Amino acid sequence: MARSTPEHRRKFRVKAGFSVYYAIFLIFVYGPMFAMFTLSFQGPRGGVTFPMRGLSFFWWEKLTGPSAVGDLKASLGRSLILAIVVMIITALFSTMLAMAFRKRFRGSGALFYAVMSGLMVPGVLLSLGLASMLRQLGMSPAWWYSALGVHVVWTLPFGFLVMMAVFNRFDARLEEAARDMGADEWTVFKEVTLPLITPGIVAAGLFGFTLSYDEFARTTLLAGANNTLPLDINASLTQRVQPTLFALGTASTIFSLLMIGVFIVIYTILYRRSR
Amino acid sequence: MTTVESYAKITHVEAAPRGLIGGAPIVLDETKRKYRREPGFPVPILIAPATAWLIVFLFLPLISIFIFSFWKTTGHGMSPAFTLEHYRDFFITEGFFDPNKPEFLTPSVFIRTLWTTFRFTITVMAICLILAYPLAYFLSMQVEDFKWQLTLFLLAMVPFWTSYLIRAVAWLPMLGRHGLINEFLVGIGVIDEPVSFFLYSEFSYTMALVQLYVVLAVGPIFFSLAKIDRTLLEAARDMGATPFQIFREIIAPLSLPGVAIGMIFVFVMIMGEFATAVVVYGGKTSTTGTVILNYYAIANYPFAAVNAFMLMLAMMIGVVIILRLVDIRKEL
Repeated sequence: MARSTPEHRRKFRVKAGFSVYYAIFLIFVYGPMFAMFTLSFQGPRGGVTFPMRGLSFFWWEKLTGPSAVGDLKASLGRSLILAIVVMIITALFSTMLAMAFRKRFRGSGALFYAVMSGLMVPGVLLSLGLASMLRQLGMSPAWWYSALGVHVVWTLPFGFLVMMAVFNRFDARLEEAARDMGADEWTVFKEVTLPLITPGIVAAGLFGFTLSYDEFARTTLLAGANNTLPLDINASLTQRVQPTLFALGTASTIFSLLMIGVFIVIYTILYRRSR
Repeated sequence: MTTVESYAKITHVEAAPRGLIGGAPIVLDETKRKYRREPGFPVPILIAPATAWLIVFLFLPLISIFIFSFWKTTGHGMSPAFTLEHYRDFFITEGFFDPNKPEFLTPSVFIRTLWTTFRFTITVMAICLILAYPLAYFLSMQVEDFKWQLTLFLLAMVPFWTSYLIRAVAWLPMLGRHGLINEFLVGIGVIDEPVSFFLYSEFSYTMALVQLYVVLAVGPIFFSLAKIDRTLLEAARDMGATPFQIFREIIAPLSLPGVAIGMIFVFVMIMGEFATAVVVYGGKTSTTGTVILNYYAIANYPFAAVNAFMLMLAMMIGVVIILRLVDIRKEL
C-alpha cells in the first residue's frame, strides 16, 4: 500500500477478514463434494469413509459394469432428453412471456404472480396434486409428459426473470427504426430483436437444463414406470451405501459443471457478438 | 386562415356526405387511433401457451389437492364425497377430549410433525441468513472489480445447479463416526475418541440443509446490496458517519427487501423438504413432506391431500408474515 494511514490499514483488515470468511464458506459448500470425489477412488476393500484403502477405479468400473444399480444408462438418457426438452420450452416460453410484458395488458399482474408461484410451490405438493389428479382421470404418469409439465413450472420463473432483465435494458428504438423502414413484425423480430436477446435466451436455457436434470422432488411421483437419474440415485440410497454411489455422484456433478461451463462459454461468445 | 385549417375544413366538408363515396369516412376517427395495434406480436399469442401450461400443471394440481381432501377413501383409491373426517383425523387424536386418557389435550402427531417442520425451517432459515448476509455484503461492497465480483458470485452459486441429492450424500463421509470432522477433532485433541452424534442426528440434518439452501439466500441479498446507490454511502461518510452508522442507517434498511426474498425462498424450500431427512437423518424424523409421501404410498390420497393442504396453509402464513415485516414491492 502506498499510503499506510490507519484508515487504510483498517479497511485492509476488514477486507482480509471478509475474504477469509468467503474462503471458509466455499470450503463449507464444496468440501463435502471433494471428500466424495476422493472417496470414489477408494480401493476395493475400502468403505464409504476415510481412510483410503488404496487407490483404484474399482467402484467406477462397477458403476459402468452390468451389475450397477438399475439401468443407469437408460435413466441417464431419459434425464438428458427431459432436460433438453425442458430447456427448449423454458427458453421459448420465457422469451414469449417477457415480450408480452413489454406492453401493458389486462391480467398482467395476475400472470406475473402465476409464473412466480412456480418458485414458491414445493415439489412435493405439485407431485401429489398432479399424480392423484391423473390417477383420478385414469391416466398413469410418465416422465415425458407429467414430469416434463412440473419441471417447466419450476424452471419458467428463472428463465422469465432473466428475459425480463434482458428486455429492461433493451433499446426499443432499434425495432422502431426497422419498422419505419417497412419491415414486418417477423422480420423485425428475426433481424433485430432476436440477435440482441440470444445471450439471454441461452441463460434462460441454462436454468431450464440444469434445474431439470437434477430435479428430484418434482419427479418423485410423476415419472411413472421408468426412472430418471435422480430417482435412481435416490433408490440406491435405500440400499447399503457403497463408494459406487460416490462415483455416480462425482460423475453426475462433473457433468453438471461441464454443462454450466459450456453454457457460460456459449453465452460469452454470443454476448460479445451481440454488442 | 392557415393552410392546415383550410385543409381540415375542406376534408370535413367532403367527408360529410358519408356513404356516397364508397362509404369510407375520410377523416381519421379518434377512437380508431386509440385502438390501433401496438407494435410487436399480439399479446394473446405470446401468453397463451405458457398460461395454458401453468393452468394444467400448476393450478389444476393445487386445486385437486384441495378438492381431494374432502373425498373419501375406498381402501385402494378415493371416490367423490364431502367429508371432513380427514381433517378431524389430522387435528384430533383419539382420546383428545377424554381427561382419563394419556392423549388428553395432546395435539395429534400430524400437527406436531407440521410444527416440528415449521420450527426446524425457521432455525435453518435464520442460520442461512446469518451466513449469507456477510457473504453477499463482501461480494457487493468489498469486491470492487466487476469481473471479480461476477466470478466470485458465480463460484458461490454453482452448487445450486448441481444435484441436491448428491450434495446431501456427500455429507456422509464428512459426518460419520470415522468421518473427516471426527478425525479432525480427534487430531487436534478436542475430543479423545470419535463421537457418533454428527451423523443421523439433528446436527447433521441442520448442517446439510444449511449447506443445500444457503446459496438461495445469497442471491437476492447480493442483488439488493449491489443496487444501493454508492453516492449515498459517500455522502454519509463525508458527513462523518461511522461505518457502523452507515450500515445501520443506509445499507441495512435498503437491503431488507433482498433479505425478505431470500427468507421466502429458503422458507418454502425447506417446508417442502423430504429427501434430505432420509439421507442424513436416517429417516429418524418425519417432515410433513414425508408424511404426505407415506400416505400416498399406502393409497390414502385424501389424507395425503389434507396434509398437503395444511402444509400449503402454514407456508402461506409464513410468507404473509415475512411480507408484513418487509415491503418487497419496490424490489419487483
